[in-house]
Amino acid sequence: MEIQKVAIAGTLESSDAQVTVEPLHSGIELSLESSVMNQYGRQIKATILDTLSQLEVKNAKVIVVDKGALECTLKARIQCAVYRSCDASEKNIPWGGGIR
Amino acid sequence: MITRPRPEKNRLRRTMMFMNAQKPGLIKDAYIYGTDSIILDLEDAVAENQKDAARFSLYQAIKNIDYGTTEVIVRINGLDTPHWQEDIRCVVASGADGIRIAKCESAQDVHTVEEHVLAAEKEFGVEEGRTLLMAALESPKGIMNAYEIVTASDRMFGCAISGGDFRKSMHVRIEEGGIEMLVARGQMLMAARAAEVQCFDTMFPNIDDMEGFKQEVIQNRKMGFDGKSIVSPRQIQFVHDTFAPTAKEIAYAEKLVRSFNEQADSGVGVYTVDGKMVDIPFFEDARRVIALAKACGVYEGDL
Amino acid sequence: MLNAVNRDIPEELLKDGKEVYQGKNYMDGKYFKKDSPKTKRYVKPQETKICESIREACKKCGAHDGMTFSFHTEFRDGDYVASMVAKVLIEEMGLKDINVAATSLGTAQDIFADYMEQGKIIGAQTSGVRGRIGETISAGKLSTPAIIRSHGGRPRAVEAGEVHIDIAFLAAASSDCCGNASGINGKSNFGSMGFGIHDAHYADHTVIITDTLVDFPNSPASVSMIDVDCVCVVDRIGNVDKINTKEARLTDNPRELMMADNVAKVIASTPYFKEGFSFQTGVGGPSLAVNRFLEEHMIERNITMSFALGGTSTPICQLYDKGLVKHLMDTQDYDQGAASHIFKNENHHEVDLSTYANPANKGAYVNMLDFVVLSALEVDTSFNVNVITGSDGVLRGAPGGHPDAAAGSKCCIIVTPLTRGRMATVCDDVVTVTTPGDCVDVLVTDYGTAVNPLRQDLIQCLDDAGIKHVTIEELRDKAYSLVGVPDKLEWEDQVVAIVEARDGTILDVVRKVKPLQLD
Repeated sequence: MEIQKVAIAGTLESSDAQVTVEPLHSGIELSLESSVMNQYGRQIKATILDTLSQLEVKNAKVIVVDKGALECTLKARIQCAVYRSCDASEKNIPWGGGIR
Repeated sequence: MITRPRPEKNRLRRTMMFMNAQKPGLIKDAYIYGTDSIILDLEDAVAENQKDAARFSLYQAIKNIDYGTTEVIVRINGLDTPHWQEDIRCVVASGADGIRIAKCESAQDVHTVEEHVLAAEKEFGVEEGRTLLMAALESPKGIMNAYEIVTASDRMFGCAISGGDFRKSMHVRIEEGGIEMLVARGQMLMAARAAEVQCFDTMFPNIDDMEGFKQEVIQNRKMGFDGKSIVSPRQIQFVHDTFAPTAKEIAYAEKLVRSFNEQADSGVGVYTVDGKMVDIPFFEDARRVIALAKACGVYEGDL
Repeated sequence: MLNAVNRDIPEELLKDGKEVYQGKNYMDGKYFKKDSPKTKRYVKPQETKICESIREACKKCGAHDGMTFSFHTEFRDGDYVASMVAKVLIEEMGLKDINVAATSLGTAQDIFADYMEQGKIIGAQTSGVRGRIGETISAGKLSTPAIIRSHGGRPRAVEAGEVHIDIAFLAAASSDCCGNASGINGKSNFGSMGFGIHDAHYADHTVIITDTLVDFPNSPASVSMIDVDCVCVVDRIGNVDKINTKEARLTDNPRELMMADNVAKVIASTPYFKEGFSFQTGVGGPSLAVNRFLEEHMIERNITMSFALGGTSTPICQLYDKGLVKHLMDTQDYDQGAASHIFKNENHHEVDLSTYANPANKGAYVNMLDFVVLSALEVDTSFNVNVITGSDGVLRGAPGGHPDAAAGSKCCIIVTPLTRGRMATVCDDVVTVTTPGDCVDVLVTDYGTAVNPLRQDLIQCLDDAGIKHVTIEELRDKAYSLVGVPDKLEWEDQVVAIVEARDGTILDVVRKVKPLQLD
């Protein structure tokens, strides 16, 4: 998917994560802040990159502020932010296809 | 990825606990409190501009969190909103056990939902007929049409009255003793029993008023409800205790079942227990009591 | 050198007779020589001990570079006195190389973090470290490692001369001009002064700081004028509203209530739950909530409690008022209800920290405890508990009386949620051991209960009562299945804090954590 505009999903509540995506010319630029950085930083980064690649997002600036979200929450927030950036988050979501 | 077992239409549903599908901290392990069913809410609990985010969150939760034997029902947005169709696609694809149809008023509403559920089951390769339905009756019209609603689909396992909206449309407020909803509760119960589906009472909104809550639950049981919607884990234990058969009820049911077995073996035509004549429905009810006691985990006998 | 809880203690710390931890009763029966204060005679009768300012009191007591000062934290997050005094010593008097010996350090003393950064405070000995001070110490800003001691370990160290207090600055809700001081009868009442009393006996000098001067004699007094050099009167000694911190508040969180209910059921299943049993709860939502669930079981069995120990809150005072508790042995009051209950009720007593928990005296109250219910930041599969460092390796907790009550009691129950956010509470190895696993008997979580296999007798009790339990390994596996297996923390060599066991041996060390760099 092509990131078309700035979009945000998620909150800064405990157990949640706030994900912002912005258009970028080339590549993925990731900024990650996490309350569990020392123990889970690597795993969180891998989840973010995996999820973006499942969505075929190749170019994006991604800002994640993680408040101890479980992996499934993190994924849901990234997916929602990406679909929102394409104005495609409201209907005909490819559940089980592009969204895994 | 979690694949939930095929939902059971008839199962124990003493408590159905509402949870905001948009709150990760709540839904991550709502099963630990021992509620029979959880209802992940896409409707009232979710702000209008977060309906999309709630669906992503719901899908990932059901696919990744092992809710075990706790039933997972999703309350979808009303048929008068732009959200319900995508809600159904999301719920069916996620493999949730069932859908609670908000503001259900007619058999046609059920047919409409069922049509979309079937289409989604086909689209996502989900076993056809797997996704169960229940109806929330929130208006006088819904109550008047209760029987046609609960008989409109084979997927339908029961109905619940939703007190908040119902009271508003009746121009009444919540009253001690529940007189304002007595007729509606009674009428819905009769429709459900006639259709042989389950029937659930509305949630009690004030979680700090445990006394008021307890009175309502006791009344629920006396009226014949199968269970109740709840909004806090603190409400679970009392409902479970109240809906479980009492030791006295179990003892009498055991006596009935045993004497039926003995008398049936000896070929007696007319049954008597403690010197009184007893009809066949008494035995059927006794078996139901034993089965319920077993399901509630309070039966220690050997029947 | 590996100690009895498998922690590697650097050899360079094992000097001047310091030993590694060798089991909870290792020091039993050994003799030691008590330290004594160097104390000034006041032979000539004085009209008053009141000083114009804290600075004047400091001068009279010979404040100097390299000195150690102490204070109590009965005000918890609402304390003003410690910061007030540090400002005078460091900013007004320009003293350096200061050591603090506190019953705890938290957000009320945030300014200490600046002094640590500036190298003016060089050492800290405390029973708890929270807030900015924790982050600063964790970042290695102290020139000597901080020493973490339990509430019982602290008076033990004072009596053994391992920490010698030059001046104790003790906040008092009321005092007379001679220093008869108390935690009540003022405008900022905090109740029990149990955290401060012992310092007054062992410090070279004692300064009472109060905001309410009362007529002589202020009797009964918690600290007596025979130990007091100076009295200072200030506007406010603390904010009483902040005594009742989040950890000390009554919970209505259903998860915490469920756990508390289960703890009460475990207690009721043991043979110790009989007429005259004794009981303590630590601070923290679920442990405090046990008080209210215990009542039902006590009424059902028709039994009463002989004494409740430690930090005291309104719910336990209510049990006393109903006649269900005979004595309250109170070291600190968590809320205003408890602070106004002490001294007004015959059997609600003030207890100092040595009497409460010191393992080197001839018998402390913790040794007579049947049950203690405590919380934890982490518990590992050997039942070792960590209450000092977060899972990220940063100091942010307080052992307080945790290790003392755990060691002394017949049944120590830890209650904690299985995970906090994405942090697994039950894990393979705690970051830091603050309470050894052989002192811990039962773990109650929101996902189930586990009993230490050392306590087969308790396992039998739970089985007989039909209380389900699992192994602690099952709880750990469940935790990891929810949050994922965490990466191991990476450490630098620098030791930032030493965790002393209550007997003075070294239980563990906290090193400087190496922050994760993502490439």
